[in-house]
Amino acid sequence: MPRWADVALVPLINLVLAFLVSGLVVLYIGENPIEALVIMIRGAVGSAYGWGYTLFYATNFIFTGLAVAVAFHARLFNIGGEGQAAIGGLGVALVCLAVPWPHWLLALPAAIVGGAVFGAAWAAIPAYLQARRGSHIVITTIMFNFIASALLVYLLVDVLKAPGQMSPETARFPEGATLPNAGVLAAIGLPFRPSTPLNLAFLLAILCCWLVWLLIWRTRLGYQIRAFGHSEPAAVYAGISPFRITMLAMLISGALAGLMAINSVMGEAERLVLDSVQGAGFIGIAVALMGRSHPLGVFLAAILFGILYQGGAELEFEMPAVSREMIVVIQALVILFTGALDNMVRLPVERFYLHRRTGHL
Amino acid sequence: MDVAAILPLLDSTLRLATPLLLACLAGLFSERSGIFDIGLEGKMLISAFFSAATAAITGSVWLGLMAGVAGALAFSLIHGLASITFRGNQLISGVAINFLASGLTVLIAQDWFSSGGRTPALAGPARFSAIDLPFADALRDVPVLGPIYHDLVSGHTILVYVALLAVPVTWYVLFRTRYGLRLRAVGENPAAVDTAGISVTGLRYSAVLICGLLTGLAGAYLATGLNAGFGREMTAGRGYIALAALIFAKWRPWYALMATLLFGLLEAVAIRYQTVDLLGVTIPGPFMQALPYILTVVILAGFVGRAIPPRAGGAPYVKER
Repeated sequence: MPRWADVALVPLINLVLAFLVSGLVVLYIGENPIEALVIMIRGAVGSAYGWGYTLFYATNFIFTGLAVAVAFHARLFNIGGEGQAAIGGLGVALVCLAVPWPHWLLALPAAIVGGAVFGAAWAAIPAYLQARRGSHIVITTIMFNFIASALLVYLLVDVLKAPGQMSPETARFPEGATLPNAGVLAAIGLPFRPSTPLNLAFLLAILCCWLVWLLIWRTRLGYQIRAFGHSEPAAVYAGISPFRITMLAMLISGALAGLMAINSVMGEAERLVLDSVQGAGFIGIAVALMGRSHPLGVFLAAILFGILYQGGAELEFEMPAVSREMIVVIQALVILFTGALDNMVRLPVERFYLHRRTGHL
Repeated sequence: MDVAAILPLLDSTLRLATPLLLACLAGLFSERSGIFDIGLEGKMLISAFFSAATAAITGSVWLGLMAGVAGALAFSLIHGLASITFRGNQLISGVAINFLASGLTVLIAQDWFSSGGRTPALAGPARFSAIDLPFADALRDVPVLGPIYHDLVSGHTILVYVALLAVPVTWYVLFRTRYGLRLRAVGENPAAVDTAGISVTGLRYSAVLICGLLTGLAGAYLATGLNAGFGREMTAGRGYIALAALIFAKWRPWYALMATLLFGLLEAVAIRYQTVDLLGVTIPGPFMQALPYILTVVILAGFVGRAIPPRAGGAPYVKER
């Protein structure tokens, strides 16, 4: 099978299948799928307002997608992005609230450290248990999602809640910890508006894509991670320590998930609220699968899911019969077709190319 | 906490443990055959919706039960197709199933009933009603045993007794029948089973379908027995708690009963008391809710005996060519 079929054709067919089934669902509800698609795309990318939300959501998904992708390279399935991002949010909030920051240029590096360290710490325990005690990382990270959510409920309701307010959220971050909004680009002629949440974290996400690419394909550690992922016995034979790789891959993965909070907590909400992650950790799974664990693929898949997210909100507004959960269905079908049912498409495509080649010979 | 408070607490423990127990036994069959299933949550949810929706439309809880089980079976087949026929990643398939259920249920509920993703409240024959066991009233005044029999043992819906009965049945099927032996073998060493001329695919599909049946019962109980109708995300992580219980029980039926009763008790305590005072220390409510997960991690870490899953679990079987 040629390389382009592997990295482009098969994922594309999977995606088309996922959207076909989604279209059938819309049809069943009694709406026109083509019309729904047009509304979604127009709502997501048809205006600067739409782009402002689409890219904001995409920023979240880039971080969580990269998190899942890095772990995938070591053949570890980190399903705990949701919890790691939530705890990362806690780290970002603690940093932002600790000091009356004079300027965001000072606050941002500190918040990056806070989010990354907290996210990595939340991934560290499942990683250690996998590496040393052989506990299945999928199960432990699921459990840690629930523990994180309970921990945040406790902290926000009983400990961190700002005095004199009813809702369980922290005080607003100081003025000096506010990231520049894309609205500032209006000064140079770009039509972004400050009313959309797109902010500087988008650039940080792109930077992370590049850094992950460097890490995986241009460093010794990245090579070891991929070697370990392809074959553990071969990696051990080559002198690579499974413990070290499992720990490092999961720490990097957790840190990337934690960085999502720079966008959602520091960039948008400017305070820590309950459920600040809103499922983005799970969408990271779909994004990483679709992007074939490559940073460029993750970036493109994250934009696609950003479009789905923002478009889905518009869709609910214009077609009340199709509720917002349509996005969850599409997300599920993308995971199902590109992740679990991949062989359904891959095997026939492989056979097709095999036949063609042998036919020519 | 006095004696008068203990009986109602144990009573709600039994009710809350029932969906966990059914789902846990469902996972037991699937995982013993070598198919990991983190989609228990999704199958319970889809069954909860279809059972409540059908019961609301037809007014018959039995039709509802059948619809719920059918929904869960359909999702099981998707899981089987992905993980047995197409040898895909079983964990990813489970994740997809959970999301599919979470989205589809609300979407269809909104389409059918237009009431914020809920079904109408069920009443009368559209719900499972409590069954009074024989002599429950007559024996009520017998000291100690009377109240226990009347309040705790009697007066549950049929699915509670089905769930309890499913424990010895599961044990018998798994450990005393030829089918059970083969099922356990296929989860440990499918190549050996294949060599003996028994279909690995057939055995695994059968286990996945039993899993669908049991999660179907669990979901139907949730929506038509424990509650009166479907609400969005009503499983609320019970599928994952069942998974935790399965590990806690080390993939064994009687231990599954103990584990789910323990987790049911934790849930009952968390519902009844917002905070728990234990020896002068106040335990916050969220801690109680997180306790099943924390306990599972401790068990998984191997500090309290090791939990070793079936050896061939999670790996698709590729026949030699």
